Amino acid sequence: MLNVGAARSAPAYRDGRACCKLLPVNDVRPAQVAPRKAYRHRLPTRLWHWANAVTVFVMIGSGLMISNAHPHLYWGVYGANLDTSWFNPPTFPGWLTIPSSYNLALARRWHLLFALVLAFNLLWFMIASLVNRHFARDLRVRAAELKPAALGRDVREHLRFRFHDAAHPERFNLAQKIAYCVALFVLLPLMIATGLSLSPGWNAGAPWLLDLFGGRQSARSIHFIACWAVVAFVVVHLVAVILAGWRQEIGAMLTGWLRVPEGEGH
Amino acid sequence: MSAVLTRRRALLGIGAGTLLSACDRVQDFGPARRILDSGDAISHGLQRALIDRAALAPEYRVDQMSPVFRTNGNANPNTPAYGALAANGFADWRLAIGGLVARPLQFSLAQLRSMPQRRQITRHDCVEGWSAIGQWQGPLLGSLLKLAGVQSAARYVVFHCADQIGGAPYYESIDLIDAFHPQTIMALFLNGRPLDIGHGAPTRLRVERQLGYKQAKYVMGIEAVPSLAGIGKGKGGFWEDNVDYDWYAGI
Repeated sequence: MLNVGAARSAPAYRDGRACCKLLPVNDVRPAQVAPRKAYRHRLPTRLWHWANAVTVFVMIGSGLMISNAHPHLYWGVYGANLDTSWFNPPTFPGWLTIPSSYNLALARRWHLLFALVLAFNLLWFMIASLVNRHFARDLRVRAAELKPAALGRDVREHLRFRFHDAAHPERFNLAQKIAYCVALFVLLPLMIATGLSLSPGWNAGAPWLLDLFGGRQSARSIHFIACWAVVAFVVVHLVAVILAGWRQEIGAMLTGWLRVPEGEGH
Repeated sequence: MSAVLTRRRALLGIGAGTLLSACDRVQDFGPARRILDSGDAISHGLQRALIDRAALAPEYRVDQMSPVFRTNGNANPNTPAYGALAANGFADWRLAIGGLVARPLQFSLAQLRSMPQRRQITRHDCVEGWSAIGQWQGPLLGSLLKLAGVQSAARYVVFHCADQIGGAPYYESIDLIDAFHPQTIMALFLNGRPLDIGHGAPTRLRVERQLGYKQAKYVMGIEAVPSLAGIGKGKGGFWEDNVDYDWYAGI
């Protein structure tokens, strides 16, 4: 359908709109030589993103130190040294942990303070994103995106490391939407809920949460597994940022404006 | 730190490592450290505000109990005084209740055993991450405190223990909400048997909505106080004083 050369000069895009839409004369700004810019990230998204980036970093580092305190995972309501563990995580080295030398007390102080930041930062961001329609406009998967032809095009574009819809560079592609939705609506809430299940105070306040995960040691195991899913998300996210052009991507998350790289959309 | 180690650390420090070691510097910086330490009071305040103050910790069925309830921390105070008490079955042991109370009292083990008891199968969560479930039985701490008559100026209850770590006496403290909580007991029995020395004989605190290090063993005295200042190093417990664990261990 498309060869690479054609894709470079006049690609067809996933919303199926005609290529003529891509002609520079249709751009918002008439200046044809200036690089195109698209407003991609609103202020609440940018504030949440950077606060969350720092928070997730601290949570993983301090969490690995907490794991070092008792590197055995169990299923069920109880579990201690004399019980059968299903997995014994390795001792994480000092260059991966917060603090860098063994200190459970300080790791907990980092972890439990930033847990509050994680949860309340996510809470206000979710409210803001419902109000400003960020979720509805930018993360909602449209039926057209799920048509086989659109899916195939999305996969091919990804294989070429082309992540932006040149007609609408501010839009997220399908894989992005799915990844962000899983992180926002599944992984981070799961981290928070399993984390709360480890609190004896919250076990009294919300015993149903403990039952939901099948007991405290199960909740602890799920907390650990979900943490690695967050790590996987972060790795894929950072690789995608680099492949998509880290200057433009980080610039967009700082200023809101995505400068569309030359050769995309022209 | 040696130059070689510094260089190795610098090499490892590329990328995330640099940021991680920055966290070490942050926690050594006084004002930042105070922010870090504020999480303790925030968690305490949030839980007191959001959770019913009488909400019960989960209780379990007999078939959910740990096959073996491991010991932790000191397994024996190993002092001559404690050894002498243990040698004749704690017949000479007395639990003293004092501080800001109307009537300072002393209870013998037989007196405590003759009081109304609460029996509960609850989960013990170590700060390190493991959990064990056992059946505890003993009089409510609140009943003992009511007999002594806690004065209105009291804010905390301190537990003085027979054991020491590195020469420092073990002690713990809780607020009055946890002290009068319906599951907070002075446990005399574990799994139907009198508390053994490894688990804190003759009595240990069970404060079921907090972590294991709050469950003081070998309790000798209970003191109602207006402030934690002046006790130990002033942070409310041995681990709080010496290792910087949070005073509020509900999380």
